[in-house]
Amino acid sequence: MEAFLSNIDRVVDGFSWTVRLTLISAFFSFILGIVLTAMRVSPVPLLRGLSTTYVEGIRNSPLTLVLLFCGLGLNSALGLSLADSVALDVFWWAVIGLSAYTACFVSESLRAGINTIPLGQVEAARSLGLSFTQNLRLIVIPQALRTVVGPLGSVLIALTKNTTVASVAGLGVQEASREMKLMFDQGIAPVLPTFVGFAIGFLILTLPMGYFFGWLSKRVAVVR
Amino acid sequence: MSAATSVLFDVPGPKARQRNVVYTLITVVLGLVGLSVLYLGFNRTLTDRESALFSVETWAVNPAGQWAADKWEPFLRPETWTGYVIPGLQNTLTAALTASVLAILFGLVFGIARLSDHWWIRIPAGAVVEFFRGIPLLMLIFFTMALPIVAWQVFNIPTGTFQVTALAAVVAGLTLYNGSVLAEVFRAGILAVPKGQSEAAEAIGMSKTQTMWTILIPQAVTSMMPAIVAQLVVLLKDSALGYIIAFPELLRSFTLLATRESNVIPAAIVCAVIYILINLSLSRFAIWLERRNARRGKPSAKATAAGGAPVAVNGTDAIGTPEPSAPTPEPGTPEPERPETGTSEPDKPDQGEPGPETDEGPRDGDGPAKG
Repeated sequence: MEAFLSNIDRVVDGFSWTVRLTLISAFFSFILGIVLTAMRVSPVPLLRGLSTTYVEGIRNSPLTLVLLFCGLGLNSALGLSLADSVALDVFWWAVIGLSAYTACFVSESLRAGINTIPLGQVEAARSLGLSFTQNLRLIVIPQALRTVVGPLGSVLIALTKNTTVASVAGLGVQEASREMKLMFDQGIAPVLPTFVGFAIGFLILTLPMGYFFGWLSKRVAVVR
Repeated sequence: MSAATSVLFDVPGPKARQRNVVYTLITVVLGLVGLSVLYLGFNRTLTDRESALFSVETWAVNPAGQWAADKWEPFLRPETWTGYVIPGLQNTLTAALTASVLAILFGLVFGIARLSDHWWIRIPAGAVVEFFRGIPLLMLIFFTMALPIVAWQVFNIPTGTFQVTALAAVVAGLTLYNGSVLAEVFRAGILAVPKGQSEAAEAIGMSKTQTMWTILIPQAVTSMMPAIVAQLVVLLKDSALGYIIAFPELLRSFTLLATRESNVIPAAIVCAVIYILINLSLSRFAIWLERRNARRGKPSAKATAAGGAPVAVNGTDAIGTPEPSAPTPEPGTPEPERPETGTSEPDKPDQGEPGPETDEGPRDGDGPAKG
């Protein structure tokens, strides 16, 4: 354990990248998820179809494949670079891949939330003369968001754990599990304490998140 | 699409129809722009970066680009399928099936252990489940691969005494992670059986084991089936992580093929199609099972499309599902956790303030657990 603790700065550094990946991807996937949901319930059939195809397609492909496509396909074949240094470049590609993947789950949760809103709410909104956009913005999305705080928390926890895939699927982004693998391979510290240490690190991230969202979902729940 | 979404807008009149046509046209234009960026990007060779965009040459299919016929031609050759795709698929299915069986066993054991009357069984089981659910699958796989080193460092067993194959590591990781999720599903499913059932069983003098195996589990299984199948979709999808430790599963075979034929994009597309087909049909199966349960008036341990929220909110659980949605997954959710029950309640059964409108489940859940 001492050998592990003497490398604690590497561990902290790894987790700092995990947190950064998580937060930035969470932000983008939330936005994209809302857009996808709005498309999914919109009056335009083409938009509905596009959103359904996207969500069903990405949701059913492995994250490894999505990230490989970003890394090998878009990054290498298209030759687009998003940042000056290679490390930042792969970081942003990982953010794109993770956001594209997670947005599907955000959208599915939100859609489930929309389905829970009583018909009277939207009917009342329509009879007041609210347009579709107003209806969505003022009535539907605010209520739906409050009901899906719990599931969105689960999506965030899943995203936190999914960032580990970004380190390996053709991208090599720096984050905690990569740091762990490197410490295994370089023989810096015994494997067992290293594993336990990193596992505790992830539990420190995910468990409070679970408690927090559980508490929040009760607090903001719509009383009906 | 449910009723709620179709009432979001009125039946379009002439003006709205016009507007919809405009939106459709804008979408089509944007879509075409996006597609042509992809087309052009994958059409050019890696060395050629400077050719002008709007010329016949850039738009014509580049024989060295990804859309050239010979990049797709490998998929018409039988040896591609017999040499790469089918063995890969076999390995994926082997890993997924083995892990499914083991995960269901693991889930059953720990799910029941978490319902035990003895705290010294209940609490360790809860800790194990929460631990494996809370850490990334990839870390479990790495750790399993490193087990020989652990054996050497901890027990002085010389390295080389035993090897961990890539298959074993993938199966172990998938089993522990998905088994923990399934444990929650089983727990929720068993708790969802109406209380009168176990009370009646006790009244006629059945032992706890008998009650569990002859009364509760058989009834719980039907309600849990959709959630189990949905979790198996997650398991199958996660088996692609084997790619990372060079386990020759479907994704790995496709990358090998892509390296040999240098057709990254066609390989990625075909690979995605195969995964999507398998997973979609499994998801559809889960939804079908759920509908069948609904038709028969049985509760489903809430799984598919709905995601936990609806049950919590508008009380669809009138049929007796005490928010089991909490730990159960949506078909595609990669790591389906429902913090409302999952992470928050297990080891503190007495946060006893009467629950407000949501989330009665966990508290109901604690009742039987305490005995």
